[in-house]
Amino acid sequence: MSMRHQITAGFMPLFDSAVLVAASELGFAAREGIGLTLHRETSWANIRDRIAIGHFDLAHMLGPMPLACNLGLTPLASETIVPFSLGLGGNCVTVSNAVWAGMAAHGAEADLDPARAGAALRAFIRDRAVAGREPLRFAVVHPHSGHNYELRYWLAACGIDPDREIEIVIVPPPFMADALATGRIDGYCVGEPWNSAAVAAGTGHIVTVKAQIWRNSPEKVIGVRKAWADENLEALAALLRALHHSARWCQDPANHAELAAVMAQPGFLGQPPAVQMPILTGHLQLGGGAERDIDDFFLPFDKAANFPWKSHALWFYTQMVRWGHVAHTPGNLAIARDCYRPDLYRSALKPLGVALPGANAKVEGALKAATAVGATGAGLVLGPDGFFDGQIFDPDEIDTYIASQKSVRTEA
Amino acid sequence: MVRSSLAVLVIDENRIRASIIEAGLREAGHQLVTVIHDVTGIARRIAEIEPDVIVIDLENPNRDMLENMFQLSRAVKRPIAMFVDRSDQASIEAAVDAGVSAYVVDGLRQERVKPILDMAVSRFNAFSRMARELEEARSELEGRKVIDRAKGILMKSRGLSEEAAYTLLRKTAMNQNRKISDIAQSLVTAAGLLGPAEDE
Repeated sequence: MSMRHQITAGFMPLFDSAVLVAASELGFAAREGIGLTLHRETSWANIRDRIAIGHFDLAHMLGPMPLACNLGLTPLASETIVPFSLGLGGNCVTVSNAVWAGMAAHGAEADLDPARAGAALRAFIRDRAVAGREPLRFAVVHPHSGHNYELRYWLAACGIDPDREIEIVIVPPPFMADALATGRIDGYCVGEPWNSAAVAAGTGHIVTVKAQIWRNSPEKVIGVRKAWADENLEALAALLRALHHSARWCQDPANHAELAAVMAQPGFLGQPPAVQMPILTGHLQLGGGAERDIDDFFLPFDKAANFPWKSHALWFYTQMVRWGHVAHTPGNLAIARDCYRPDLYRSALKPLGVALPGANAKVEGALKAATAVGATGAGLVLGPDGFFDGQIFDPDEIDTYIASQKSVRTEA
Repeated sequence: MVRSSLAVLVIDENRIRASIIEAGLREAGHQLVTVIHDVTGIARRIAEIEPDVIVIDLENPNRDMLENMFQLSRAVKRPIAMFVDRSDQASIEAAVDAGVSAYVVDGLRQERVKPILDMAVSRFNAFSRMARELEEARSELEGRKVIDRAKGILMKSRGLSEEAAYTLLRKTAMNQNRKISDIAQSLVTAAGLLGPAEDE
């Protein structure tokens, strides 16, 4: 079949590439006249390089990665825009059995409560410091990742300085469970299935989840080389419609078994279908026989999960500033504000007559319950979207937010 | 002879490819070459070696870890991605196509480093070609073996001569627009399923 558009995309073998993979494998792209070619990659650096030299038109990316590119924080960066988000949530924080024992001795329970777990971890860390032991070492997948920023947010809100009281290193996701088992790291924040993998191996405990640190918070996105987007607006709009249909299909529980089977193929995750189920059902084994059902653990579609909120990009920006990745200047703020492109999402989906948010940004953390919101089309529900510490991020009050976090940091 | 005191670190889990690169660097007059296959404890090794140039294969999933380490490095000799100014798009593309990437210490002149990258690119390409040829030779050998077995089955079950058995295989392959080795494989599989017809 000849296609009107040819698009080449890169992805990492992580479950949250599912919407992109399903768009290709279940024919959503073909139905929009797109010949979609997917390439599996081994590092985010490869994805960045291949986007820059034009091997890929777009790719599955970490939410903050396009910001880092545009802010000049990475080599070989090319201007990258985000017209689509691949989902909300999906990550966990997992610690070794030894750290879990230490946390349990200080009141941690297998309930995933970020405040309780953080307080126990803080007490355990202080004990170790008094005993003159080495700081605990935690791993994330990339410095400019939702994982790094939510781990740091959680630790800092619990009174742990992530730069001084622990060490944070980078480990590729498939190696996390192994590094934990061999004692090279003491804990990590990563997407599924790499948390359940450590639990299944009996070498780790899940202590909290992204969905409870910041409910319905941003994770992976579709990053598009801006130069390509500018010249291929029609192809991009067709792809966004294909991704929309794919995401709706991925969200439907009736399709989860088929989705798990697709993702299990050697060319995608190459992990047995059973390993993919926790992220789809939100039912997780936490370790030591404890288990839990987590609300909104991972949403590929619901709650406007695909809308590229500017407030999500701006929150990532505030955390880049907070941890010294970038200076807060009017120029940098403008770059961060322009990176996510709800206008492209909206114009591509408008012909479908589906519910679309009317605003480009929202106050994050303000919705205490699922709330129907005013939108074009019917039936759009957002939230709850609370941060576990009750803080609110108002994208119109960036300076205040950055200043408040600075003061928290010096107190810690 | 190239006079150079540049220290080069090659990170490659593929030992054969790494030694091909190492040999090329030594032939080009680089005496300070270190090869690492396993990135465990690499921070300490890099501090010891103080490499001017780091060559790494793109299949290595540890690039993100390494780049982060370089960025946090407090050492004076801090490696940055090669061609960070993107002045030489063709070189970048050639390297990525070949599956190799390089990091050089900040401030090192590009013309001193470019021959190293060019050499790595050509050796990476040569290695891929060699691996492909090896794979082709291996599958051809296996194909020949399975054709011999299929011929044996036909000779025994249909009382054909070796030549007639081969002709039948070839004709079937042509009619079905498939490779002879595929037809032979199907026959061997079917014979195995159908029971003791095979003489093994």
